[in-house]
Amino acid sequence: MFESLQLFLAQWVPDALATVLVILVQAAMVIVPLLLAVAYLTYAERKVIGYMQIRLGPNRVGPGGWLQPIADALKLLMKEVIIPSKSNVYLFVIAPVLAIAPAIAVWAVVPFAEGVVVADINAGLLYILAITSIGVYGVVVAGWASNSKYAFLGALRSSAQKVSYEIAMGFALVTVIMTAGSMNLTEIVNGQKGGILSWYWIPLLPMFVVYFIAGVAETNRAPFDVAEGESEIVAGFHVDYSGMTFAVFFLAEYAMMILIAFLTAIMFMGGWLSPFEGIPVLETLFSFVPAFVWIALKVSFLLFVFLWFRATFPRYRYDQIMRLGWKVFIPLTILWVFVVGVMAYVKVAPWFVHGGVA
Amino acid sequence: MIAFLKRQLKTWTLWELFQGLAITGKYLFKSKITVLYPEEKTPMSPRFRGKHALRRYANGEERCIACKLCEAVCPANAITIESEAREDGSRRTTVYDIDLFKCIYCGFCEEACPVDAIVETRVFEYAFEPGDIHVMNKDMLLAHGDKMETQIAADRAADAKYR
Repeated sequence: MFESLQLFLAQWVPDALATVLVILVQAAMVIVPLLLAVAYLTYAERKVIGYMQIRLGPNRVGPGGWLQPIADALKLLMKEVIIPSKSNVYLFVIAPVLAIAPAIAVWAVVPFAEGVVVADINAGLLYILAITSIGVYGVVVAGWASNSKYAFLGALRSSAQKVSYEIAMGFALVTVIMTAGSMNLTEIVNGQKGGILSWYWIPLLPMFVVYFIAGVAETNRAPFDVAEGESEIVAGFHVDYSGMTFAVFFLAEYAMMILIAFLTAIMFMGGWLSPFEGIPVLETLFSFVPAFVWIALKVSFLLFVFLWFRATFPRYRYDQIMRLGWKVFIPLTILWVFVVGVMAYVKVAPWFVHGGVA
Repeated sequence: MIAFLKRQLKTWTLWELFQGLAITGKYLFKSKITVLYPEEKTPMSPRFRGKHALRRYANGEERCIACKLCEAVCPANAITIESEAREDGSRRTTVYDIDLFKCIYCGFCEEACPVDAIVETRVFEYAFEPGDIHVMNKDMLLAHGDKMETQIAADRAADAKYR
């Protein structure tokens, strides 16, 4: 499809420009739905949390409140961007960009279905780890440039937390790489072919849980949201941000949430594969469902769990977060690396028969 | 030892966390208690204390006899009364102002009144913008009382046996 588009464009413009234009179209096709998803994730969040608190949530703007995110976006667009007089203006303005750029850049390697991916690179997982790590700079720079104690404390907490949980996350990903024998996300999904019992969540169950919880911590979501704990440090690193600069931080946080949900679905829940593969009647019954719907369902469920967590758990104390990250998750993940090694060595069916550590 | 194992099992299966999730999960499907305000309203007591009104007797004579008990009891000094004798010799108010900015809607004026003249009605949906008149004078109070009389009388009747 994109080849023909490129050929079509090359009739009028130079080849190089045609390539750039095609890349821009591809990027827009990922980013625009992503931003829409972010907008409606905020709506879903308010609705779900409202329902769990026996309230209705937003229901005034448009039918059932469906236009609420649009109204919020308009409000934030029109608000004044206040730059504190004693802040470092350059860093203050660039910090939201540093936060959102990685949150969008990672989507380059995320496959939405077989072959539906902007850049199908073999080091996909490595790329994701590298780019998401950069996201912490936005937070640190924002906290520092605001020249405010609260913002600085929030930034320190956030960076310490992200660095701690990235280690556990990385080890969890190592087990996935060992199981699949590849860092290419498409190949990881294809390695899980064969129905719900062939997905990696069974042999990697503790890693599945660790990865998801570390993901919640990584995105600074409740119950790990000490970086912006309202009751302690006002709003954390984005205390001094207003209008669109604040909105960009918001976008980055929610884009990261969706990313974590996508990665969890891809690595542990079979990505776009149907859960009924290999089950006689159900397989044919559900064969009409396109691959994209399966991954969307899995991602929606995981995002719902994100919101469910927020509605259920009180905020961890800071030292408890550090204890969980360093004393529980990291030893557990290292242990499971060896367990997976043994499982791969004896080729436990059906997960370790294809691929696996060579 | 058994207790230790039980505790470890509970910890590593995240048992209590799942219990918590189950509770919020159950609440997700409960019927909601939200009242959609302008369309739906919560039930209101006959003792509701809203915007003030001055009442009249059935023959059209105003009830207020300018005893100034309400003015005396008012904790916010919101009421101003001036009085003189009418042509027929009865004592009546010439000025009866209630400053709605000062009023704290405590209902003491209503309780102090020996003739049930000053009352508080169920009207609570009003607001002032800069420049609006926030002091209700005697004419406004009487007009409001005339408008709400049926409701006011019904509320007094409903509450009479508790007074």
